[in-house]
Amino acid sequence: MNESIGSPLQIAGILIGVILTAAWLIWVERRMIGIWQDRLGPNRVGPLGLGQVIADMIKIFFKDDWIPPFADKAVFVIAPVIIMVTMLTAFVVVPFAPGIGIIDFNFGLLYFLALSSLAVYSAVLAGYASNNKYALLGALRAAAQTVSYEVFMGLSLMGVVMLSGSFNLREIVEAQRDGWFCISQFFGLLVFLIAAVAESHRSPLDLPEAEQELIAGFHTEYSGMKFGMFFVGEYLGVTLSSAMIVTLFFGGWLGPVLPPLVWFCLKTTIGILFFVLLRAALPRPRYDQLMMFGWKVMLPIALVNLVATGGVALWLES
Amino acid sequence: MELVLFYIAATVAVFSTVMVITRLNTVHALLYLIVSLLAVGIVFYLMGAYFAAVLEVIVYAGAIMVLFVFVIMMLNLGKATIEQERAWLRPGMWIGPVLLSLTLMTELIVMFIQSGSVAAGHVVEAKSVGILLYGPYLLAVELASMLLLAGLVGAYHLARPMARESKEMR
Repeated sequence: MNESIGSPLQIAGILIGVILTAAWLIWVERRMIGIWQDRLGPNRVGPLGLGQVIADMIKIFFKDDWIPPFADKAVFVIAPVIIMVTMLTAFVVVPFAPGIGIIDFNFGLLYFLALSSLAVYSAVLAGYASNNKYALLGALRAAAQTVSYEVFMGLSLMGVVMLSGSFNLREIVEAQRDGWFCISQFFGLLVFLIAAVAESHRSPLDLPEAEQELIAGFHTEYSGMKFGMFFVGEYLGVTLSSAMIVTLFFGGWLGPVLPPLVWFCLKTTIGILFFVLLRAALPRPRYDQLMMFGWKVMLPIALVNLVATGGVALWLES
Repeated sequence: MELVLFYIAATVAVFSTVMVITRLNTVHALLYLIVSLLAVGIVFYLMGAYFAAVLEVIVYAGAIMVLFVFVIMMLNLGKATIEQERAWLRPGMWIGPVLLSLTLMTELIVMFIQSGSVAAGHVVEAKSVGILLYGPYLLAVELASMLLLAGLVGAYHLARPMARESKEMR
């Protein structure tokens, strides 16, 4: 394939770009929710409040990084690292544009699923290591929720794989030249979207860290930079999910006039804003409602979508 | 280069598996088991079985082990279990298992020597795995799915009386 994929310059550029996007999202989210809820949001530090992220970062770096004496120390330290590492390494397969990316891996889609399923350890281990009942409850919720929604996430993507005939994300984008999969795989998109929200435990499906019931859920005992890693890790997850939705369902870098990279970034930004809008607009369901919805609505939709896509694909072939 | 990577991954796998057995804290043991599974995934990858490598991570490290950790966390084992484990891991307990595994290992080494070197690095595509699974191995796949279905029905049955009771309480 393309020679330029994976040059050191690109790796550094993508890494910095992704981390800056995730950090910048802290401001974007608060500002956008403010606008949608008819208030101002952070607008004091710098023009439009853009310096808020820098102020937050300085604050978080200088905070006392406290490890509770009753915690399981080694695991307590590892937990926030896991989410950063899994989310950042998942970006390795994201096809930003033809010739821009880190690797061109034939099982890119499965690689993404593998890393997003590993990310759950972050929440689970944080809750276990904190040795705090609220953190433990949050971790138990995170484990059950993620394991369930992972199933639908995987199943919803198999329709895309059938239509494009490949696990390679670049080939999946190329297969959408005649029409984006968001039309032919509408139900796949729906299930994937909900599963992605649940996987990154974002509001409205943020039950593992529901403030009203569990203080802050699995990261109750965390402070300073370790908390910051959970925080940025969540935004990395949002960015990754948006990038994957764009790649799998909205034609990735494809688009007229503008260069491919601009199209990709533009679509991803819209995806991220949609995630923020979800948080601003929807209330949180009860935990049993969440599980019920998953197994009784999402799973049947995903399965029917899978069978129907397979049937149509076979029919078109014959 | 690949050989070096293979030996590093294999060493990590063996070391972490030993740690799984010798840890007294259950969650720590499970964490080492996850590391071991990831290392085995890398070994698969280096042998060209990309599909198996990724599935190893998704299925074992990403799903089954999460459930293990989940159950261990629910049981909330404390200091007492660590003491119990320590009592079970007396040096004398090692003799029997070590002898048995040594026998197996000797057999394994003899078999390796007899079969000679096996060519590695042949890349296996997902398509060929699928064709094999739904072709010659269809019966095995169906049997495995029957087994899983039995497990599912069993779990449903175990959870059922609880559901009925809670409904009556309401």
